[in-house]
Amino acid sequence: MRFFEYESRRILERERIPITQSGHATTPEEARRIADEVGGPVVIKSQVLTGGRMKAGGVKFAETPEECEAYARDILALEINGHVPRGVLVAAKAPIAQEYYAGVIYDGVRKLPTFVFSDMGGIDIEEVAETHPEHIGRGHFSTVLPHMDFRAKDAIAQTGLTGRELTRLTPILSALARLFVKYDMTLAEINPLVRLEDGSFVAVDAHMDMENEARPRHKALLAELGVGEDETREAREATPFEIEGERIDSVDHRGVAGNVTEFDGNLGLVIGAGGGSLTLFDAVRRHGGRPANYCEIGGNPSVSKAANLTKLVLQKPGVEKIAVMMSIVSNTRVDIVARGVIKACVELGFDPAEKIAIFRIPGAWEEEGFKILERYGVEYADRSVSMHEAARIAVEKVSGGGADGAGPLRGEETDAEKPPAERLAGAGEVVEG
Amino acid sequence: MAGLFIDVEVDESVTGDADLARRLEEACPVDIYADAGGRVEVVEGNLDECVLCRLCIDAAPAGTVRVKKLYDGTELAAR
Repeated sequence: MRFFEYESRRILERERIPITQSGHATTPEEARRIADEVGGPVVIKSQVLTGGRMKAGGVKFAETPEECEAYARDILALEINGHVPRGVLVAAKAPIAQEYYAGVIYDGVRKLPTFVFSDMGGIDIEEVAETHPEHIGRGHFSTVLPHMDFRAKDAIAQTGLTGRELTRLTPILSALARLFVKYDMTLAEINPLVRLEDGSFVAVDAHMDMENEARPRHKALLAELGVGEDETREAREATPFEIEGERIDSVDHRGVAGNVTEFDGNLGLVIGAGGGSLTLFDAVRRHGGRPANYCEIGGNPSVSKAANLTKLVLQKPGVEKIAVMMSIVSNTRVDIVARGVIKACVELGFDPAEKIAIFRIPGAWEEEGFKILERYGVEYADRSVSMHEAARIAVEKVSGGGADGAGPLRGEETDAEKPPAERLAGAGEVVEG
Repeated sequence: MAGLFIDVEVDESVTGDADLARRLEEACPVDIYADAGGRVEVVEGNLDECVLCRLCIDAAPAGTVRVKKLYDGTELAAR
Protein backbone atom coordinates (compact mmCIF):
# COMPACT_ATOMS: atom_id res chain seq x y z
CA MET A 1 0.00 0.00 0.00
CA ARG A 2 1.20 3.43 -0.88
CA PHE A 3 1.44 6.39 1.43
CA PHE A 4 0.70 9.96 0.54
CA GLU A 5 3.67 12.29 0.73
CA TYR A 6 2.41 13.94 3.91
CA GLU A 7 2.17 10.53 5.54
CA SER A 8 5.63 9.49 4.35
CA ARG A 9 7.01 12.67 5.88
CA ARG A 10 5.39 11.84 9.19
CA ILE A 11 7.01 8.41 9.11
CA LEU A 12 10.38 10.05 8.49
CA GLU A 13 9.75 12.44 11.36
CA ARG A 14 8.81 9.52 13.61
CA GLU A 15 12.19 7.97 12.87
CA ARG A 16 14.02 11.24 13.48
CA ILE A 17 15.00 11.89 9.89
CA PRO A 18 15.07 15.66 9.42
CA ILE A 19 12.40 17.12 7.13
CA THR A 20 11.46 20.63 6.12
CA GLN A 21 8.75 22.22 8.27
CA SER A 22 5.37 21.34 6.80
CA GLY A 23 1.70 20.63 7.39
CA HIS A 24 -1.22 18.92 5.69
CA ALA A 25 -4.26 20.99 4.80
CA THR A 26 -7.65 20.07 3.42
CA THR A 27 -8.93 23.62 3.02
CA PRO A 28 -7.37 26.80 1.57
CA GLU A 29 -7.74 28.48 4.96
CA GLU A 30 -5.81 25.70 6.68
CA ALA A 31 -3.10 25.99 4.01
CA ARG A 32 -2.81 29.69 4.72
CA ARG A 33 -2.51 29.06 8.47
CA ILE A 34 0.29 26.54 7.89
CA ALA A 35 2.11 28.95 5.58
CA ASP A 36 1.81 31.57 8.29
CA GLU A 37 3.35 29.21 10.85
CA VAL A 38 6.15 28.17 8.49
CA GLY A 39 6.96 31.80 7.65
CA GLY A 40 8.64 32.75 4.37
CA PRO A 41 8.19 31.13 0.96
CA VAL A 42 6.41 27.78 0.80
CA VAL A 43 5.69 25.05 -1.70
CA ILE A 44 2.11 23.74 -2.03
CA LYS A 45 1.80 20.17 -3.31
CA SER A 46 -1.28 18.21 -4.30
CA GLN A 47 -1.61 14.98 -2.30
CA VAL A 48 -2.41 12.34 -4.90
CA LEU A 49 -1.15 8.80 -5.36
CA THR A 50 -0.06 9.37 -8.94
CA GLY A 51 2.88 10.90 -10.77
CA GLY A 52 3.04 14.00 -12.93
CA ARG A 53 1.95 16.48 -10.25
CA MET A 54 4.29 19.23 -11.36
CA LYS A 55 3.32 18.96 -15.02
CA ALA A 56 -0.40 18.94 -14.15
CA GLY A 57 -0.11 22.11 -12.08
CA GLY A 58 -0.35 20.31 -8.76
CA VAL A 59 2.80 21.91 -7.32
CA LYS A 60 3.10 25.70 -6.81
CA PHE A 61 5.42 28.04 -4.96
CA ALA A 62 4.06 30.92 -2.89
CA GLU A 63 5.82 33.85 -1.30
CA THR A 64 3.04 34.80 1.13
CA PRO A 65 0.27 33.05 3.11
CA GLU A 66 -2.34 34.82 0.93
CA GLU A 67 -0.74 33.49 -2.23
CA CYS A 68 -0.55 30.04 -0.62
CA GLU A 69 -4.28 30.11 0.14
CA ALA A 70 -5.09 31.01 -3.47
CA TYR A 71 -2.87 28.26 -4.89
CA ALA A 72 -4.24 25.74 -2.39
CA ARG A 73 -7.76 26.55 -3.54
CA ASP A 74 -6.79 25.82 -7.17
CA ILE A 75 -4.87 22.65 -6.35
CA LEU A 76 -7.60 21.23 -4.12
CA ALA A 77 -10.01 21.49 -7.05
CA LEU A 78 -7.57 19.94 -9.51
CA GLU A 79 -7.93 16.26 -10.45
CA ILE A 80 -4.67 14.68 -11.56
CA ASN A 81 -4.89 11.57 -13.74
CA GLY A 82 -8.38 11.04 -12.38
CA HIS A 83 -7.24 11.31 -8.74
CA VAL A 84 -8.98 13.78 -6.46
CA PRO A 85 -6.36 15.24 -4.10
CA ARG A 86 -6.35 14.21 -0.45
CA GLY A 87 -5.56 17.79 0.58
CA VAL A 88 -2.35 19.69 0.01
CA LEU A 89 1.03 19.62 1.65
CA VAL A 90 2.38 23.06 2.59
CA ALA A 91 6.13 22.96 3.23
CA ALA A 92 8.90 25.48 3.72
CA LYS A 93 10.78 26.21 0.51
CA ALA A 94 14.30 25.11 1.36
CA PRO A 95 17.43 27.06 0.33
CA ILE A 96 18.99 24.15 -1.53
CA ALA A 97 22.73 23.82 -2.14
CA GLN A 98 22.62 20.28 -3.58
CA GLU A 99 20.09 17.49 -4.14
CA TYR A 100 20.66 13.77 -3.45
CA TYR A 101 18.61 10.59 -3.73
CA ALA A 102 18.34 8.13 -0.85
CA GLY A 103 16.28 5.00 -1.18
CA VAL A 104 15.79 1.45 0.02
CA ILE A 105 14.10 -1.13 -2.17
CA TYR A 106 13.73 -4.88 -2.07
CA ASP A 107 15.92 -6.90 -4.42
CA GLY A 108 13.76 -9.85 -5.38
CA VAL A 109 16.66 -11.69 -6.97
CA ARG A 110 18.98 -11.55 -3.95
CA LYS A 111 15.99 -11.63 -1.58
CA LEU A 112 17.51 -8.81 0.43
CA PRO A 113 16.81 -5.10 0.78
CA THR A 114 19.28 -2.82 -0.90
CA PHE A 115 20.35 0.79 -0.49
CA VAL A 116 20.25 3.01 -3.53
CA PHE A 117 22.03 6.33 -3.16
CA SER A 118 22.88 9.03 -5.65
CA ASP A 119 24.45 12.45 -5.51
CA MET A 120 22.14 13.38 -8.40
CA GLY A 121 18.78 13.77 -6.69
CA GLY A 122 15.58 15.51 -7.59
CA ILE A 123 15.22 13.63 -10.86
CA ASP A 124 14.05 10.18 -11.83
CA ILE A 125 16.51 7.69 -10.30
CA GLU A 126 16.01 5.22 -13.17
CA GLU A 127 17.17 7.92 -15.55
CA VAL A 128 20.27 8.56 -13.43
CA ALA A 129 21.02 4.83 -13.34
CA GLU A 130 20.84 4.72 -17.13
CA THR A 131 22.72 7.90 -18.00
CA HIS A 132 25.09 8.28 -15.04
CA PRO A 133 25.59 4.86 -13.44
CA GLU A 134 28.76 6.09 -11.74
CA HIS A 135 26.57 8.40 -9.65
CA ILE A 136 24.67 5.50 -8.10
CA GLY A 137 25.78 3.59 -5.01
CA ARG A 138 24.19 0.33 -3.91
CA GLY A 139 24.54 -2.25 -1.19
CA HIS A 140 22.47 -5.07 0.25
CA PHE A 141 21.82 -5.50 3.95
CA SER A 142 20.29 -8.15 6.16
CA THR A 143 16.79 -8.01 7.58
CA VAL A 144 17.82 -10.41 10.33
CA LEU A 145 21.24 -9.28 11.55
CA PRO A 146 21.61 -5.99 13.47
CA HIS A 147 21.87 -3.03 11.14
CA MET A 148 25.39 -1.73 10.55
CA ASP A 149 25.91 1.92 9.60
CA PHE A 150 29.00 1.09 7.59
CA ARG A 151 26.88 -0.58 4.91
CA ALA A 152 25.02 2.67 4.31
CA LYS A 153 28.30 4.55 4.38
CA ASP A 154 29.74 2.20 1.77
CA ALA A 155 26.78 2.79 -0.58
CA ILE A 156 27.17 6.56 -0.28
CA ALA A 157 30.95 6.41 -0.68
CA GLN A 158 30.52 4.59 -4.02
CA THR A 159 29.37 7.92 -5.51
CA GLY A 160 32.64 9.56 -4.50
CA LEU A 161 31.35 11.50 -1.51
CA THR A 162 33.77 11.90 1.39
CA GLY A 163 34.31 13.95 4.54
CA ARG A 164 31.52 15.87 6.22
CA GLU A 165 28.93 15.02 3.56
CA LEU A 166 29.57 11.30 3.93
CA THR A 167 29.46 11.55 7.72
CA ARG A 168 26.20 13.48 7.78
CA LEU A 169 24.42 11.45 5.11
CA THR A 170 25.24 8.07 6.64
CA PRO A 171 22.86 8.23 9.63
CA ILE A 172 20.03 9.39 7.35
CA LEU A 173 20.41 6.48 4.93
CA SER A 174 20.85 4.12 7.89
CA ALA A 175 17.66 5.39 9.53
CA LEU A 176 15.83 4.93 6.22
CA ALA A 177 17.02 1.31 6.10
CA ARG A 178 15.89 0.71 9.66
CA LEU A 179 12.43 2.11 9.03
CA PHE A 180 12.20 0.04 5.83
CA VAL A 181 12.60 -3.15 7.88
CA LYS A 182 10.65 -1.93 10.90
CA TYR A 183 7.54 -1.05 8.89
CA ASP A 184 7.74 -3.85 6.27
CA MET A 185 8.19 -1.41 3.43
CA THR A 186 8.70 -2.44 -0.16
CA LEU A 187 9.98 1.02 -1.02
CA ALA A 188 11.25 3.90 1.08
CA GLU A 189 12.79 6.81 -0.76
CA ILE A 190 13.71 10.41 -0.15
CA ASN A 191 13.99 12.36 -3.37
CA PRO A 192 15.34 14.87 -3.04
CA LEU A 193 17.31 14.66 0.13
CA VAL A 194 18.96 18.08 0.14
CA ARG A 195 21.97 19.82 1.58
CA LEU A 196 20.93 23.28 2.64
CA GLU A 197 23.12 26.30 2.29
CA ASP A 198 24.02 26.03 5.99
CA GLY A 199 25.41 22.50 5.40
CA SER A 200 22.59 20.59 7.11
CA PHE A 201 20.55 17.89 5.40
CA VAL A 202 16.76 17.62 5.18
CA ALA A 203 14.25 15.45 3.31
CA VAL A 204 12.15 17.50 0.90
CA ASP A 205 10.02 14.76 -0.66
CA ALA A 206 9.43 11.15 0.33
CA HIS A 207 7.67 8.14 -1.13
CA MET A 208 6.86 4.96 0.74
CA ASP A 209 5.08 1.70 -0.03
CA MET A 210 4.25 -0.85 2.64
CA GLU A 211 3.76 -4.56 2.00
CA ASN A 212 -0.02 -4.96 1.94
CA GLU A 213 0.06 -8.19 3.92
CA ALA A 214 1.89 -6.37 6.73
CA ARG A 215 -0.94 -3.95 7.46
CA PRO A 216 -2.21 -5.87 10.49
CA ARG A 217 1.28 -5.64 12.04
CA HIS A 218 1.26 -1.86 11.85
CA LYS A 219 -2.20 -0.93 13.06
CA ALA A 220 -0.81 1.65 15.48
CA LEU A 221 1.14 3.47 12.78
CA LEU A 222 -1.76 3.37 10.33
CA ALA A 223 -4.16 4.64 12.98
CA GLU A 224 -1.76 7.46 13.83
CA LEU A 225 -1.60 8.41 10.16
CA GLY A 226 -5.38 8.16 9.81
CA VAL A 227 -5.28 5.39 7.20
CA GLY A 228 -8.68 3.65 7.20
CA GLU A 229 -8.88 -0.14 7.17
CA ASP A 230 -10.99 -0.01 4.01
CA GLU A 231 -8.48 2.09 2.08
CA THR A 232 -6.88 -0.20 -0.48
CA ARG A 233 -4.32 2.33 -1.70
CA GLU A 234 -3.83 0.39 -4.90
CA ALA A 235 -1.73 1.84 -7.70
CA ARG A 236 -4.85 2.29 -9.82
CA GLU A 237 -8.59 1.95 -9.54
CA ALA A 238 -9.99 -1.52 -10.18
CA THR A 239 -11.49 -1.99 -13.66
CA PRO A 240 -15.09 -3.23 -14.10
CA PHE A 241 -13.59 -6.60 -15.14
CA GLU A 242 -11.64 -6.80 -11.89
CA ILE A 243 -14.60 -5.68 -9.79
CA GLU A 244 -16.73 -8.39 -11.36
CA GLY A 245 -13.99 -10.96 -10.60
CA GLU A 246 -14.03 -9.87 -6.98
CA ARG A 247 -17.83 -10.18 -6.90
CA ILE A 248 -17.73 -13.70 -8.32
CA ASP A 249 -15.28 -14.72 -5.62
CA SER A 250 -17.17 -13.10 -2.78
CA VAL A 251 -20.71 -14.31 -3.50
CA ASP A 252 -19.79 -17.99 -3.15
CA HIS A 253 -17.77 -19.00 -0.09
CA ARG A 254 -16.56 -22.23 -1.67
CA GLY A 255 -12.91 -22.04 -2.69
CA VAL A 256 -11.22 -19.21 -4.53
CA ALA A 257 -11.95 -18.08 -8.05
CA GLY A 258 -11.05 -14.45 -8.35
CA ASN A 259 -8.24 -12.00 -7.54
CA VAL A 260 -8.44 -10.97 -11.15
CA THR A 261 -6.11 -8.46 -12.76
CA GLU A 262 -6.84 -7.22 -16.24
CA PHE A 263 -4.32 -7.15 -19.08
CA ASP A 264 -4.82 -6.55 -22.77
CA GLY A 265 -3.73 -9.85 -24.30
CA ASN A 266 -5.61 -12.52 -26.24
CA LEU A 267 -5.03 -15.57 -24.01
CA GLY A 268 -7.42 -15.77 -21.08
CA LEU A 269 -5.99 -17.50 -18.02
CA VAL A 270 -7.80 -19.63 -15.48
CA ILE A 271 -4.86 -20.51 -13.29
CA GLY A 272 -3.78 -21.13 -9.73
CA ALA A 273 -2.64 -23.38 -6.89
CA GLY A 274 0.26 -23.02 -4.48
CA GLY A 275 1.90 -20.12 -6.29
CA GLY A 276 1.00 -21.68 -9.62
CA SER A 277 -0.70 -18.53 -10.85
CA LEU A 278 2.49 -16.50 -10.79
CA THR A 279 4.58 -19.30 -12.26
CA LEU A 280 2.08 -19.94 -15.02
CA PHE A 281 1.62 -16.27 -15.83
CA ASP A 282 5.40 -15.89 -16.14
CA ALA A 283 5.59 -19.04 -18.23
CA VAL A 284 3.02 -17.68 -20.69
CA ARG A 285 4.99 -14.45 -20.96
CA ARG A 286 8.24 -16.35 -21.35
CA HIS A 287 6.85 -18.18 -24.35
CA GLY A 288 5.79 -14.91 -25.96
CA GLY A 289 2.14 -15.15 -24.94
CA ARG A 290 -0.06 -12.16 -24.20
CA PRO A 291 -2.21 -12.85 -21.14
CA ALA A 292 -5.61 -11.20 -21.05
CA ASN A 293 -5.73 -11.50 -17.29
CA TYR A 294 -4.20 -12.82 -14.13
CA CYS A 295 -6.38 -14.70 -11.65
CA GLU A 296 -6.29 -17.24 -8.85
CA ILE A 297 -8.30 -20.41 -8.46
CA GLY A 298 -7.87 -22.96 -5.71
CA GLY A 299 -9.32 -24.34 -2.51
CA ASN A 300 -11.94 -26.30 -4.47
CA PRO A 301 -14.31 -23.71 -5.89
CA SER A 302 -17.79 -24.90 -6.82
CA VAL A 303 -18.63 -25.70 -10.43
CA SER A 304 -20.68 -22.53 -10.71
CA LYS A 305 -17.92 -20.37 -9.26
CA ALA A 306 -15.33 -21.81 -11.66
CA ALA A 307 -17.86 -21.40 -14.49
CA ASN A 308 -18.60 -17.78 -13.62
CA LEU A 309 -14.92 -16.85 -13.51
CA THR A 310 -14.36 -18.63 -16.82
CA LYS A 311 -17.31 -16.83 -18.39
CA LEU A 312 -15.92 -13.51 -17.24
CA VAL A 313 -12.56 -14.29 -18.86
CA LEU A 314 -14.12 -15.69 -22.04
CA GLN A 315 -16.29 -12.63 -22.52
CA LYS A 316 -13.41 -10.19 -22.16
CA PRO A 317 -12.93 -8.40 -25.48
CA GLY A 318 -9.92 -9.72 -27.37
CA VAL A 319 -9.79 -13.13 -25.69
CA GLU A 320 -9.37 -15.83 -28.33
CA LYS A 321 -8.79 -18.88 -26.14
CA ILE A 322 -8.28 -19.74 -22.51
CA ALA A 323 -5.64 -21.81 -20.80
CA VAL A 324 -6.76 -23.69 -17.70
CA MET A 325 -3.66 -24.56 -15.75
CA MET A 326 -2.73 -25.25 -12.19
CA SER A 327 0.07 -26.75 -10.19
CA ILE A 328 -0.61 -30.24 -8.82
CA VAL A 329 -3.82 -29.93 -6.82
CA SER A 330 -4.56 -31.75 -3.60
CA ASN A 331 -7.46 -29.85 -2.07
CA THR A 332 -9.04 -28.78 -5.34
CA ARG A 333 -10.84 -31.36 -7.47
CA VAL A 334 -9.80 -31.63 -11.10
CA ASP A 335 -13.22 -32.87 -12.20
CA ILE A 336 -15.03 -29.97 -10.55
CA VAL A 337 -12.83 -27.38 -12.28
CA ALA A 338 -13.17 -29.26 -15.56
CA ARG A 339 -16.95 -29.14 -15.26
CA GLY A 340 -16.84 -25.41 -14.46
CA VAL A 341 -14.75 -24.34 -17.42
CA ILE A 342 -16.60 -26.59 -19.89
CA LYS A 343 -19.96 -25.42 -18.59
CA ALA A 344 -18.91 -21.81 -19.12
CA CYS A 345 -17.94 -22.53 -22.74
CA VAL A 346 -21.14 -24.42 -23.48
CA GLU A 347 -23.42 -21.84 -21.88
CA LEU A 348 -21.76 -19.08 -23.90
CA GLY A 349 -22.20 -21.08 -27.09
CA PHE A 350 -18.53 -21.95 -27.55
CA ASP A 351 -17.04 -25.31 -28.38
CA PRO A 352 -14.88 -26.23 -25.35
CA ALA A 353 -12.46 -28.10 -27.61
CA GLU A 354 -11.86 -24.95 -29.58
CA LYS A 355 -11.90 -22.40 -26.77
CA ILE A 356 -9.78 -24.25 -24.20
CA ALA A 357 -6.23 -24.22 -25.56
CA ILE A 358 -4.97 -26.53 -22.83
CA PHE A 359 -6.24 -27.99 -19.57
CA ARG A 360 -3.37 -28.90 -17.31
CA ILE A 361 -4.59 -29.59 -13.79
CA PRO A 362 -3.18 -32.78 -12.33
CA GLY A 363 -4.11 -34.07 -8.89
CA ALA A 364 -7.19 -35.01 -6.93
CA TRP A 365 -9.90 -36.75 -8.97
CA GLU A 366 -7.93 -36.32 -12.18
CA GLU A 367 -9.20 -39.58 -13.71
CA GLU A 368 -12.74 -38.29 -13.40
CA GLY A 369 -11.68 -34.91 -14.75
CA PHE A 370 -9.94 -36.44 -17.73
CA LYS A 371 -13.11 -38.40 -18.61
CA ILE A 372 -15.05 -35.12 -18.77
CA LEU A 373 -12.37 -33.44 -20.88
CA GLU A 374 -12.27 -36.38 -23.28
CA ARG A 375 -16.05 -36.28 -23.60
CA TYR A 376 -15.82 -32.68 -24.80
CA GLY A 377 -12.67 -33.12 -26.87
CA VAL A 378 -10.55 -30.78 -24.78
CA GLU A 379 -6.79 -31.20 -24.98
CA TYR A 380 -5.39 -31.90 -21.54
CA ALA A 381 -2.09 -32.70 -19.92
CA ASP A 382 -1.19 -34.72 -16.86
CA ARG A 383 1.58 -34.04 -14.34
CA SER A 384 4.29 -35.41 -16.61
CA VAL A 385 3.89 -32.25 -18.68
CA SER A 386 5.47 -29.30 -16.89
CA MET A 387 3.62 -26.06 -16.31
CA HIS A 388 6.09 -24.38 -18.67
CA GLU A 389 5.37 -26.88 -21.42
CA ALA A 390 1.63 -26.47 -20.95
CA ALA A 391 2.04 -22.70 -21.19
CA ARG A 392 4.04 -23.13 -24.39
CA ILE A 393 1.28 -25.24 -25.94
CA ALA A 394 -1.35 -22.67 -25.01
CA VAL A 395 0.66 -19.81 -26.48
CA GLU A 396 1.28 -21.76 -29.66
CA LYS A 397 -2.40 -22.54 -30.09
CA VAL A 398 -3.60 -19.01 -29.51
CA SER A 399 -1.02 -17.79 -31.97
CA GLY A 400 -2.51 -19.97 -34.67
CA GLY A 401 -0.18 -22.96 -34.50
CA GLY A 402 -0.13 -25.89 -32.14
CA ALA A 403 -1.27 -29.43 -31.97
CA ASP A 404 -4.67 -30.37 -33.25
CA GLY A 405 -7.04 -32.96 -31.92
CA ALA A 406 -8.26 -33.69 -28.47
CA GLY A 407 -7.01 -36.03 -25.86
CA PRO A 408 -4.20 -36.52 -23.46
CA LEU A 409 -0.76 -35.09 -23.73
CA ARG A 410 1.77 -37.12 -21.79
CA GLY A 411 5.18 -35.99 -20.71
CA GLU A 412 7.04 -38.66 -22.62
CA GLU A 413 5.72 -37.24 -25.85
CA THR A 414 7.14 -33.80 -25.31
CA ASP A 415 9.72 -33.80 -22.55
CA ALA A 416 12.40 -35.41 -24.64
CA GLU A 417 12.78 -32.19 -26.58
CA LYS A 418 13.25 -30.05 -23.50
CA PRO A 419 16.45 -29.18 -21.65
CA PRO A 420 16.94 -31.05 -18.35
CA ALA A 421 16.25 -27.96 -16.24
CA GLU A 422 12.80 -27.56 -17.75
CA ARG A 423 12.00 -31.22 -17.24
CA LEU A 424 13.01 -30.87 -13.61
CA ALA A 425 10.81 -27.80 -13.28
CA GLY A 426 7.83 -29.99 -13.94
CA ALA A 427 8.97 -32.78 -11.67
CA GLY A 428 9.63 -30.58 -8.68
CA GLU A 429 6.61 -28.34 -8.67
CA VAL A 430 4.86 -27.30 -5.53
CA VAL A 431 1.69 -29.13 -4.63
CA GLU A 432 -1.23 -26.87 -3.78
CA GLY A 433 -1.45 -26.62 -0.01
CA MET B 1 -34.09 -31.53 -16.85
CA ALA B 2 -30.64 -32.98 -16.41
CA GLY B 3 -27.49 -31.02 -15.75
CA LEU B 4 -24.70 -30.96 -18.27
CA PHE B 5 -22.68 -33.54 -16.39
CA ILE B 6 -24.94 -35.11 -13.81
CA ASP B 7 -28.52 -36.31 -13.68
CA VAL B 8 -30.42 -37.63 -10.69
CA GLU B 9 -33.48 -39.83 -10.77
CA VAL B 10 -35.69 -40.42 -7.77
CA ASP B 11 -38.11 -43.30 -8.04
CA GLU B 12 -41.76 -42.17 -8.18
CA SER B 13 -42.59 -44.53 -5.35
CA VAL B 14 -40.58 -42.52 -2.82
CA THR B 15 -40.95 -38.89 -3.98
CA GLY B 16 -43.86 -38.42 -1.56
CA ASP B 17 -41.91 -39.81 1.41
CA ALA B 18 -41.61 -36.84 3.81
CA ASP B 19 -38.94 -38.50 5.92
CA LEU B 20 -36.82 -39.25 2.86
CA ALA B 21 -37.27 -35.68 1.59
CA ARG B 22 -35.88 -34.38 4.89
CA ARG B 23 -33.01 -36.90 4.93
CA LEU B 24 -31.96 -36.15 1.34
CA GLU B 25 -32.00 -32.41 1.95
CA GLU B 26 -29.81 -32.90 5.01
CA ALA B 27 -27.45 -35.35 3.36
CA CYS B 28 -26.59 -33.57 0.14
CA PRO B 29 -23.65 -31.16 0.68
CA VAL B 30 -24.41 -29.19 -2.50
CA ASP B 31 -28.19 -28.80 -2.12
CA ILE B 32 -29.34 -30.99 -5.00
CA TYR B 33 -32.35 -32.12 -2.96
CA ALA B 34 -34.96 -29.93 -1.33
CA ASP B 35 -37.75 -30.87 1.03
CA ALA B 36 -40.72 -29.32 -0.78
CA GLY B 37 -43.42 -29.63 1.85
CA GLY B 38 -42.78 -33.31 2.44
CA ARG B 39 -41.99 -34.18 -1.16
CA VAL B 40 -38.55 -34.87 -2.64
CA GLU B 41 -37.63 -32.14 -5.07
CA VAL B 42 -34.51 -32.18 -7.26
CA VAL B 43 -32.95 -28.72 -7.63
CA GLU B 44 -31.91 -28.82 -11.26
CA GLY B 45 -29.67 -25.74 -11.02
CA ASN B 46 -27.44 -27.57 -8.56
CA LEU B 47 -27.12 -30.91 -10.38
CA ASP B 48 -23.72 -30.14 -11.85
CA GLU B 49 -22.36 -29.34 -8.40
CA CYS B 50 -22.67 -33.03 -7.44
CA VAL B 51 -19.44 -34.18 -5.79
CA LEU B 52 -20.22 -37.88 -6.29
CA CYS B 53 -20.25 -38.50 -2.55
CA ARG B 54 -23.05 -41.14 -2.64
CA LEU B 55 -24.63 -39.77 0.54
CA CYS B 56 -28.01 -39.51 -1.19
CA ILE B 57 -27.80 -43.10 -2.35
CA ASP B 58 -26.96 -44.20 1.18
CA ALA B 59 -29.84 -42.17 2.62
CA ALA B 60 -32.49 -43.63 0.34
CA PRO B 61 -33.98 -47.12 0.10
CA ALA B 62 -31.87 -49.30 -2.21
CA GLY B 63 -32.32 -48.49 -5.88
CA THR B 64 -34.64 -45.51 -5.42
CA VAL B 65 -32.06 -42.77 -6.05
CA ARG B 66 -29.84 -42.99 -9.11
CA VAL B 67 -26.96 -40.59 -9.84
CA LYS B 68 -25.91 -40.65 -13.47
CA LYS B 69 -22.64 -39.36 -14.84
CA LEU B 70 -23.65 -38.08 -18.24
CA TYR B 71 -20.10 -37.66 -19.47
CA ASP B 72 -19.26 -41.36 -19.38
CA GLY B 73 -22.67 -43.01 -19.27
CA THR B 74 -22.13 -44.68 -15.91
CA GLU B 75 -24.04 -44.51 -12.64
CA LEU B 76 -22.80 -44.20 -9.09
CA ALA B 77 -23.03 -47.56 -7.42
CA ALA B 78 -24.24 -48.02 -3.86
CA ARG B 79 -21.54 -48.69 -1.26
